[in-house]
Amino acid sequence: MRNVSIIGVGCTKFGEHWEKSFRQLIAEAGIEAILSAGIEGKDIEALYGGSMASGRFIGQEHIGALIADQLGLNPIPATRVENACASGGTALRSGYMAIKSGEYDMVAIGGVEKMTDVGVEDAAIALGGAGDQETELFHGASFPALYALMARAHMNEFGTTEEQLATVSVKNHHNAMLNPKAQFHREITIENVMNSGYIATPLKLLDCSPITDGAAAVILCESEKAREICENPVEIIASAQASDTLALAGRKSLSEIMATKVAAKNAFEKAKITAKDVDFAEVHDCFTIAEILAIEAIGFCEKGKGGKFTADGNTALNGEIPVNVSGGLKGKGHPVGATGIAQAVEAVLQLRGQAEKRQVKDAKIGLTHNVGGSGATCVLHLLKALEGKK
Amino acid sequence: MNGSLPLIWRKFGERYDLDGNFCETCKTAYFPARAVCQKCRRKGKLVAQKMPKTGTIISFTELSAGPAGFEHEVPYFIAIIELENKARLLSQIVDSEKEKIKIGTKVEKVFRKISDIDPEGPIAYGYKFKVVD
Ligand SMILES: [Zn+2]
Repeated sequence: MRNVSIIGVGCTKFGEHWEKSFRQLIAEAGIEAILSAGIEGKDIEALYGGSMASGRFIGQEHIGALIADQLGLNPIPATRVENACASGGTALRSGYMAIKSGEYDMVAIGGVEKMTDVGVEDAAIALGGAGDQETELFHGASFPALYALMARAHMNEFGTTEEQLATVSVKNHHNAMLNPKAQFHREITIENVMNSGYIATPLKLLDCSPITDGAAAVILCESEKAREICENPVEIIASAQASDTLALAGRKSLSEIMATKVAAKNAFEKAKITAKDVDFAEVHDCFTIAEILAIEAIGFCEKGKGGKFTADGNTALNGEIPVNVSGGLKGKGHPVGATGIAQAVEAVLQLRGQAEKRQVKDAKIGLTHNVGGSGATCVLHLLKALEGKK
Repeated sequence: MNGSLPLIWRKFGERYDLDGNFCETCKTAYFPARAVCQKCRRKGKLVAQKMPKTGTIISFTELSAGPAGFEHEVPYFIAIIELENKARLLSQIVDSEKEKIKIGTKVEKVFRKISDIDPEGPIAYGYKFKVVD
């Protein structure tokens, strides 16, 4: 059985990069990943690039070939992968499967989004396309509104409070302080969140992840070869993905993300472990409620208890199960197409013991969770450090 | 996207009259109409059906920032509504007292302008809902 490991990682600083273009960002992350893997461009056999809405944001499609071009990797096959906010995670999974299948031994994965070249209203339209254009965005349902509908349902069903939601933001901003690549380096309080003004009730400005520019990249390699050429490879011990209806109204429940439940169950079965074996997780907190829904569906806590579980500190850096130690989408930033890959970069740093001030103690198994839209796609990976022979 | 004339024309039945469909095999109503029943797939028998014009609020939100085309509408309410035949849809809630917009509130369909993003283009009309007095 062939397995797949990450042997190199690269990530730009996340934030508003007025001075850098889409192609400069992905080139920066890609080159860092190739150099850190200690390989040469000619060793890479294929490339998968994730971007959600480059056409909307910068008028550029065909970004698979563009990334290969910018990294000097032509003529290898290069493919764009799009799954809304889960584009990066899905690109990672595509590369994983390409190696697993035996077609390639080494592939490059890149994810990038350049969101600040357009105004906020146009960005909202671009992101709204992750939901159902004809029955949601048409009626004026912005992306925050969709998560607000889920938040309200969760509050109504389980008694989750706005203060509990706020604790997700407070924690993730705190973690981001320890991450030099994060967009925000600013502690916030529950009061700050509560007073930040409603965007879509019950969600306020500081319940929402920001508009971000950034790119991330990883180099994947077949595990046996990875052990020979890399001193600290990180193996992907499971990769799983699931889908659901594009529109919220088509789902059985507004208070859980079924695609996450299914992907998590499949990933744990494949790796023959349970949620209890996971030492840290990078989950998709595009809104505070999204982190609550994620930790419940993955099984870190009981359904309906995610708010209290977070408010009690269980997901803090020193808690029972640290969640989003990188700062998450809220604190680190959310350059949509890059997010799923940036999560894997963080997992690799943690599992190699290279996460500096935000290092999780004795991190052996990490989980990354990337959601597209309001939950129509979920991609989930489990990662574990391998002993290199080098 | 909303301003495309063929799209607006194609959607008249759905957006003006709540045209959906119904699977006679498993007795599930679908809105918008589906090409295949989610539960029965090829064993399902889908027939055209108009949705009931009343339902109940399942969840709601009040937006104070809107996407392009809705900047001037704020604040406005969006809700998920369960119609009397159990089909669910997302709609704006209009012409209603703010205090009455709650989970469990009964609402009824009204016909309204939805948006006119392009000043030169067609105006999109469709369903919105209001609280039943
Ligand atoms: Zn059926």
